[in-house]
Amino acid sequence: MTTVTGPAARRRSVLADTGLYLAVGVCALLFLVPFYLIVRNALSTDAEITGENWQFFPTDIQWGNIGELFSDPTVPFARSLLNSAVVGVLHTIGTLLVSSLAGYGLARIPHRHANKVFFLVLGTLMVPAAVTFVPSFVLVSSLGWVSSLRGLIIPGLFSGFTCFLFRQFFLGFPKELEEAARVDGLGHWGAYWRIVVPNSLNFFAAMATITFISGWNSFLWPLVIGQDQEAWTVQVALSSYMTNQTVNFHLIFMATAISLLPLVFVFLFLQRWLVQGVAQTGIKG
Amino acid sequence: MARTSVNKATARSFWLFTGPFLIGLIVFVYVPIGWSAWLSLFEARSTVTPTTFVGLDNYVQMLTDEAFVDSLVTFTVFAAIVTPVTWAFSLTLALMVNRLRFMRAFFRSVFFLPTACSFVAASLIWKMSVFSGVRFGLANTVLGWFGIDNIAWLASPDPPWYWLVIVTVRLWLQSGFYMILFLAALQNIPPSLYEAAAIDGAERGWQTFRYITLPQLRATSTAVILLLLIAAYQAFDEFFNLLAKTTWGRPPLVELYFTALGENQDYGRGSAGALILTVLICVVTLLQGKFLGFGRGEEEK
Repeated sequence: MTTVTGPAARRRSVLADTGLYLAVGVCALLFLVPFYLIVRNALSTDAEITGENWQFFPTDIQWGNIGELFSDPTVPFARSLLNSAVVGVLHTIGTLLVSSLAGYGLARIPHRHANKVFFLVLGTLMVPAAVTFVPSFVLVSSLGWVSSLRGLIIPGLFSGFTCFLFRQFFLGFPKELEEAARVDGLGHWGAYWRIVVPNSLNFFAAMATITFISGWNSFLWPLVIGQDQEAWTVQVALSSYMTNQTVNFHLIFMATAISLLPLVFVFLFLQRWLVQGVAQTGIKG
Repeated sequence: MARTSVNKATARSFWLFTGPFLIGLIVFVYVPIGWSAWLSLFEARSTVTPTTFVGLDNYVQMLTDEAFVDSLVTFTVFAAIVTPVTWAFSLTLALMVNRLRFMRAFFRSVFFLPTACSFVAASLIWKMSVFSGVRFGLANTVLGWFGIDNIAWLASPDPPWYWLVIVTVRLWLQSGFYMILFLAALQNIPPSLYEAAAIDGAERGWQTFRYITLPQLRATSTAVILLLLIAAYQAFDEFFNLLAKTTWGRPPLVELYFTALGENQDYGRGSAGALILTVLICVVTLLQGKFLGFGRGEEEK
């Protein structure tokens, strides 16, 4: 060990720092390469993308690619954006509503069957939702919900994991606040909406951010349900580009860039909640 | 009398709060699982109300089906590579970012950025640009600068370059997420431990990492490994999109997708496969919990 801060030690620490920043910098550059590729390709012509030599950035920025993408008849991209937005928002609101209520009930309202209900919730944590897509599809198709917004949204609302996270959160909610509300004559329902929810907005925001992102990005279920083009979400539309007969690189990458816009927004304005949500889900998971 | 009415009101509230979720959970999670357990015992092609009872035939067929068994092998290889690599890489990122004295928030954001990207978008970038097998793909362009011939990253299973593509997509997309978890854990290690180690003469660097940092991160490491394994089990998006037209490199969910929703629409065998997979996941989760003491740690909290 060295507590001596002589010039040699200082030189060593400067050297170590330089090495550290070099390593972090290289990693960061590699992490940013895919984003660079999206922007570059989205604003190039196909000739530039497939050209003989690597072109760092298009000389003539092709803003026209945006218009071309939306008027391309083979893939209903605008429709898929709309579907994704509707699904993302309703999925988030619905999930938060049902699972926060259930989480609160399990955490705070004593009942002799509370344990049994909780076991039903825990049971689904063992089985990843993705694995049950075959049985879920069987159910949804016999309800006639294939290629419909109902089919896209409703089966995904009941996340045992989100409910579990809300229960854990409400267990830590200060009891005194609720008791004060009860003294004022509010029942569980009134106390929940007037006291508990307004004092938990941070947690709700974090959960909403995470839920929206996972809804926007989910692929397997929308792929299974979206048998008609009309019911495609953005992810299914993107995927279809990869298997199409004709490959228009500039359109494909413009579509990818646009599909990332809501997430860029989340990153710029909601990052605090995103990080909180990630820490929350990861540590409890 | 007053007490029973209070109890009744409490019971009503309990069902008011948990009822909607519970009904949804039963209808959309438990009923499908039960239904498909029933379907798995029938010959159910393109129908969900089958009549031909075949007992355990579907299970026998799935377990002797080379493609399905291959998919389990694919998954095992995938999990065996991706879990330790992502664990080590995200821990390394966290250790580096944690030591930064300035621009820490910037680098944290950069590494975290891909977390918000979808697997579909990432697969698209990887397939169409980074690891495009043609000359103008980024990887082949860079190799070309060193005079190396084009490599068909995805189009050929021999040599299996596709593994590099599959693993790097997931590494890029997920590392930032686990880095955040490790960073939180690193900041929870009491500095007094490092001071005590310094007094005891431990060398900074490897020794303090091995005897202080790593043991202190045990709980987080275990959680990360479990999360990585569960995520690997559900791998579908990148395999489906990167290797859509190939017969190699199919994990179980992709195999099930084609069994149940492909041309045959064989719900019977698809259901049997889904149940086999479910049981496997439960067994692995329980075993891992026992092995790494995950469940125990939870109870202690």
